[in-house]
Amino acid sequence: MAKITMTVNGRQVSGTCDDRTLLVHFIRENLGLTGTHVGCETSQCGACVIHMDGLSVKSCSILAVQAAGSSITTIEGLAKDGELHPVQAAFKAHHGLQCGFCTPGMVMTAVDMIARHGSKLDEATVRAELEGNICRCTGYHNIVKAILAAATEMGGVRQAAE
Amino acid sequence: MGIEGIGARVARKEDKRFLTGKGRYTDDMSVPGMKYAIFVRSPHAHAKIKSIDAMAAKAMPGVIDVLDGKQLTADGIGNLICGWMIHSKDGSPMKMGAWRPLADQTVRYVGDAVAVVVADSVNEARDAAEAVLVDYEPLPVVTDPVKALADGQPQLHPEAPNNLIFDWELGDATATDAAIAAAAHVTEVKIVNNRLSPNAMEPRAALGIYDSGDDHYTCYTTSQNPHLARLVMSAFYNVAPENKLRVIAPDVGGGFGSKIYIYPEEIVCLWASKRTGVPVKWTCDRTEAFMTDAHGRDHVSTVKMAFDSANKITALKVDTIANLGAYMSLFSSCVPTYLYATLLSGQYDIPAIHANVRTVYTNTAPVDAYRGAGRPEATYLLERTMETAARELGLSPAELRRINFIRSFPHQTPVIMNYDAGDYEASLSAAMAAADWDGIAARKAEAERRGMKRGIGMSCYIEACGLAPSSAVGSLGAGVGLWESAEVRVNAVGTIEVMTGSHSHGQGHETTFAQLVADRFGVPIDSVNIVHGDTDKVQMGMGTYGSRSGAVGMSAVAKALDKVEAKAKKIAAHLMEADESDIVIENGELKVAGTDKSVPWFQMSLAAYTAHNLPAGMEPGLKEGAFYDPSNFTFPAGCYICEVEVDPDTGQTEIVQFVAADDFGNIINPMIVEGQVHGGLAQGIGQALLEGVHYDPDNGQLLTASYQDYAMPRADDLPSFKVSTSNTPCPNNPLGVKGCGEAGAIGSPPALINAITDAIGNNALTMPATPEKVWAAAHAAN
Ligand code: FES
Ligand code: FES
Repeated sequence: MAKITMTVNGRQVSGTCDDRTLLVHFIRENLGLTGTHVGCETSQCGACVIHMDGLSVKSCSILAVQAAGSSITTIEGLAKDGELHPVQAAFKAHHGLQCGFCTPGMVMTAVDMIARHGSKLDEATVRAELEGNICRCTGYHNIVKAILAAATEMGGVRQAAE
Repeated sequence: MGIEGIGARVARKEDKRFLTGKGRYTDDMSVPGMKYAIFVRSPHAHAKIKSIDAMAAKAMPGVIDVLDGKQLTADGIGNLICGWMIHSKDGSPMKMGAWRPLADQTVRYVGDAVAVVVADSVNEARDAAEAVLVDYEPLPVVTDPVKALADGQPQLHPEAPNNLIFDWELGDATATDAAIAAAAHVTEVKIVNNRLSPNAMEPRAALGIYDSGDDHYTCYTTSQNPHLARLVMSAFYNVAPENKLRVIAPDVGGGFGSKIYIYPEEIVCLWASKRTGVPVKWTCDRTEAFMTDAHGRDHVSTVKMAFDSANKITALKVDTIANLGAYMSLFSSCVPTYLYATLLSGQYDIPAIHANVRTVYTNTAPVDAYRGAGRPEATYLLERTMETAARELGLSPAELRRINFIRSFPHQTPVIMNYDAGDYEASLSAAMAAADWDGIAARKAEAERRGMKRGIGMSCYIEACGLAPSSAVGSLGAGVGLWESAEVRVNAVGTIEVMTGSHSHGQGHETTFAQLVADRFGVPIDSVNIVHGDTDKVQMGMGTYGSRSGAVGMSAVAKALDKVEAKAKKIAAHLMEADESDIVIENGELKVAGTDKSVPWFQMSLAAYTAHNLPAGMEPGLKEGAFYDPSNFTFPAGCYICEVEVDPDTGQTEIVQFVAADDFGNIINPMIVEGQVHGGLAQGIGQALLEGVHYDPDNGQLLTASYQDYAMPRADDLPSFKVSTSNTPCPNNPLGVKGCGEAGAIGSPPALINAITDAIGNNALTMPATPEKVWAAAHAAN
């Protein structure tokens, strides 16, 4: 058993878990943040993507103890003051989700993708970089549309602010 | 049409919770004292269980109990059942072998559950499951359905000699054979429809809670039809009487058919909760899902299509062997029969059809409905045959189809179905225009210059949705009626709750059903709540599958709304001292037509509940219910065109364009309909290009048990789709809707395979068209 502390969505949290506990289970079971999902546990589906120290990672392929001391953002930490994050809003506007199960992982991947590419994202890049996330419902068509729309909007906002 | 009413592209009400991580899926549920179950599963595809020793496992840390099939049998828990009786052509009933929720004598596929461990944590349960010692005596194995029918093969169930479940036929064999004998041309093909895993992203899960104080059971489960789960668990499995069992299917992360059926695990969790005295939760992992979720498709067919000298089809003869796996799952028997052979006329006027279907047990996971269920198998068979025939006859694929289209409605096919409305030429023309069909020769030449092979293929599908008139399905062997129920409760403040027996697992019911209400009363969509998925809140329902939510579920809501509207008008007329026939409802007000007199909706609602001033003899309140039983299936149809480029050096196929032109009748929310088409296309393209469940034929081991060995379509396997609709309203339901959920998965596989075979110049290709197969076929042709 290990006692670990980390910052999750801006709040310091700690808990005790088995050494073999995966980060995704720590987040879901110990912290009660069930927005991060488990679709495979083998690093293939991306339902469990979170941000750890600014990078998007699959929380099923990392042990909770490895994440001790890190700063983590989960889907629950994305919307601020009841306002959807622009990527969340774009998924809603463009119908980029159906059952919603892959959605938290998709959104977290998309936020990271846009942070790296900004408004220069194109369809081919979005499709290539979604390689690690599976959606069984949407056929990706609207997910790609939503990410491109969010990239344009966020890029635009950033330019305006600069 | 209001801005949030029928036909509007309203963004979904349910999205906010999904986008912020607030969805409530079964595995997200926790209740005080909850413990965790892990199943002990057979590593053998076929074996006798000689003994189970759980002594060591029970002594391990955190373990509460280990329960096995003998205890389950002793407690009187019944067999899993198949709910649709099919008779063989000799009149004998189908041969249902016993399926125990926990096997107590024989295991028949890899993953068959034999025991369950309940422990404080998942890890402790998993450790203990490893320590349960099961002594198996392995038996010989058969996984191939054609082989399983032969003499001398391993026998799965004593009830079914030669593993034959039933030998069923539909249509007129004599007329069909005569037409084939007299034909100017006969096209013969062998069609294999590959076995698929549905792979909803949310793995199945169940949380069983037994309350000894009330002798009451609650089951949270990933289900497409919680009421049927309750009915079957109480009527057949003896888990609990119906009034003591509450089934809740909260947010469900995709189903595609795989969550229609009742599986062993939810039964066992409920039973184990009573046995151990603690709530018991089980969550499937992905490998368990590959092993135990019912698979789809898996047909082997031979086809003869006969033509006269004018290229009109005169007959179709189909012989199909369908693999149903080790046990008969809940709907398994109707999929390769009444959901398949009845669609073999396609969009074509075929005077004589005969289909023979044999279903077979093998040492593989059970096979049941998967998105489209029978219709994809029929369409693939028919549209591959049409393509082959067009090539043999030297006609363009479009020309052969046009010659044979059904053009007047209603149309009675020789295989039960009575098509109500449609315009197949319209979809074909729309798709060909969108795909620039006429420009293909130039695009082929251009690709050739780059060393690539370009091809184009089409598929014209029809499906039957809106399952279905209860008396019709009853006469065909269904164990239940397929109506739907709804209840509309107007609250005292005028907000509205709609209880529906339909179940949403991604289809957006919370939005589309609310649009229907908003359209009717002119109230904001946010004042309407849709309640579904809980047997304590909704009296009864038949769930969602076969694209029945619109045609059947929403029709029930519409019927209940009629009753609410009638009473609301009576109340308003009384309040305004007007004649009820003069009352119209507009923009949230009840008005006296032609005057400026009106009562706001909320005021009428309040009047219904204060009951101070109601018409004499009227009951207070405003709440109405309705059951709707459809009078016919609905028949969505369309034309799909796919264009591909094949790299002759690698066999890699790239989809350069995919066009879908569908006729879904009236549409409630075009945005949601398009999303349904996209999703269906992705699954159909997955079947055609990537997906396939494989077992080792010698030992029955599942070779595709993770996302590393089962190829799921990812974003860069797929193009953006060009979709459009042309609507001939369905005359048989109050909304004129047909259903759209399965179309994409039904129509796309043949379009894609037809395109690849066109590109490589070789018609012999089976799904999935992997680069290796395509490369071999391309080179065999040269
Ligand atoms: S659960 Fe982590 S990638 Fe699938
Ligand atoms: S929305 Fe269902 S898996 Fe993506």
